Amino acid sequence: MVTETRTGDVRKPPLATAAETSDAIRVENLSVRFRIPQERVSSLKEFAIRRFRNRVSFREFWALQDVTLSVRRGETFGIVGRNGAGKSTLLKVIARVLRPTAGRVRVHGRIVPLLDIGAGFHPELTGRENVRFNATLLGRSPAEIDHAFADIVAFSELSGFMDAPLRTYSSGMAARLGFAVATAWKPDLLLVDETLAVGDEGFRAKCQARLEGFRRQGTTMVWVSHDRNQMVALCDRAVWLDGGRVKRIGPSAEVADAYANSKAGDEYEETRP
Amino acid sequence: MDAPHMASTACTYDSENRPPAFFAEMAEAWRYRALIRQLVERDIKVRYKRSILGIGWTLLNPLLMMAVLTIAFSQLFKFQIPFYPVYVFSGLILWLFFSQTSAAAMSQLIWGSHLMTRIYLPRTTFALSALGSGLVNLLFSLAALIVVMLITGVPVRPAMLWLPLPILLAAMTALGTGLFFSTLASWFTDVVDMYQILLSALYFLTPIIYPLSVLSEDLQWALRFNPMVHLVEAFRAPIYEGRPPDAATLGLASLFAVVSLVIGWSVFTSRADDIVYRL
Repeated sequence: MVTETRTGDVRKPPLATAAETSDAIRVENLSVRFRIPQERVSSLKEFAIRRFRNRVSFREFWALQDVTLSVRRGETFGIVGRNGAGKSTLLKVIARVLRPTAGRVRVHGRIVPLLDIGAGFHPELTGRENVRFNATLLGRSPAEIDHAFADIVAFSELSGFMDAPLRTYSSGMAARLGFAVATAWKPDLLLVDETLAVGDEGFRAKCQARLEGFRRQGTTMVWVSHDRNQMVALCDRAVWLDGGRVKRIGPSAEVADAYANSKAGDEYEETRP
Repeated sequence: MDAPHMASTACTYDSENRPPAFFAEMAEAWRYRALIRQLVERDIKVRYKRSILGIGWTLLNPLLMMAVLTIAFSQLFKFQIPFYPVYVFSGLILWLFFSQTSAAAMSQLIWGSHLMTRIYLPRTTFALSALGSGLVNLLFSLAALIVVMLITGVPVRPAMLWLPLPILLAAMTALGTGLFFSTLASWFTDVVDMYQILLSALYFLTPIIYPLSVLSEDLQWALRFNPMVHLVEAFRAPIYEGRPPDAATLGLASLFAVVSLVIGWSVFTSRADDIVYRL
């Protein structure tokens, strides 16, 4: 099997001294623990009763354990792994949404998380108002938003709908608008969760072209993807997470193949008990 | 635009850099003030967008309550309280500001959780925007109050210029209370319901519909520990009596305001990282 971890893969990237200055993201011995109440105790009354009888127990769930990796500036870095392997948790820690339970995360540059496009949309507000709100959410100033507004509308191809409330948009239209806002400014660091299934074939191509443009201009990207071909085509290096631990880090093709092989192996075992 | 070179050399985020949360959160909230402002605007726009009454909705609640309470109680307090509608309305709008703002800080945090778990925001964003919306509503209610004063013949006196002070103190109390209960609510969802019960109790323990003088001496003394008593008194004096609030009332109201804000803010900010894990 090709799935054995080679400890050599987990070490810091070569050029260790230069890495100090050229890394966009440094993750050192990162662990993230969730404490899940054994039985769901969601009311204070219940908690008080159980506490009194000494019966509140927590199950600890380590979403990430001792993860060390770094992403160089300008690099496109992939994350693969099964559901629950800790991919999204890793993105959230990098994006500052979750604090590490242990270990350290350092990020250089301005982050744009392309995690859930349009999470900040409000159905009752118009396209225009939602563009403003989402751009503010990304930390943009009113002047910057005014400056980029025409561009955002043009890219989303929704110029006729800017004054209609968002509830009248199709999900594809909303996704187009969300993508246009999130990528209106070149970020230092872009976090992308899962495949970008935005709109139709033509629009998807446009999105890819825009991201490709960022990449050429030096944006560091971190991708979570299930699509092996996309991963190999886009990413320079990748990490394979398994049960919250680093299974392998290396060139994206190597990591993607190792991961694909492990899955093939599992399926084989499943068919022959 | 960004200077890419500058942006990439400076370490923008280091998880080990943990300045005291109490002050760091203030700086972060200030940095995100444009977002907080937009949340306030959005809240007000959304509320009025699809309704015929528009802004009238904010006023309908206290106005209707005033009307009902006047019908029910003005006979009862005929001798103690002349101009009962103004007495009741001034107490009501401050009470509604406090209760709605502190409760909204809680519900907004739960509502905003889908944003908070996807993108970094200062944790106090939603409590502060709830406060902003509450203040805007209070201003509309004050306009309505002045109309009620003109109709009922209560003179509008320059002492009204004192009002920003009790409003500021009420805002501090509401924010502190809202943050404190938000922290509890992130552990136990029934805190939201329990807070509503607490609020209705507090409503009757505050001289909003009755004058403090109808209570026994003992009870009046005990009610000094209810911050709302002093806030309502400080707010009502310039309106109903046309005089500045007295120093003792302002002093006690300030004490409660500072204590509740410091406790609420420090409890919330010190637990804020945990809160996101629980949303």
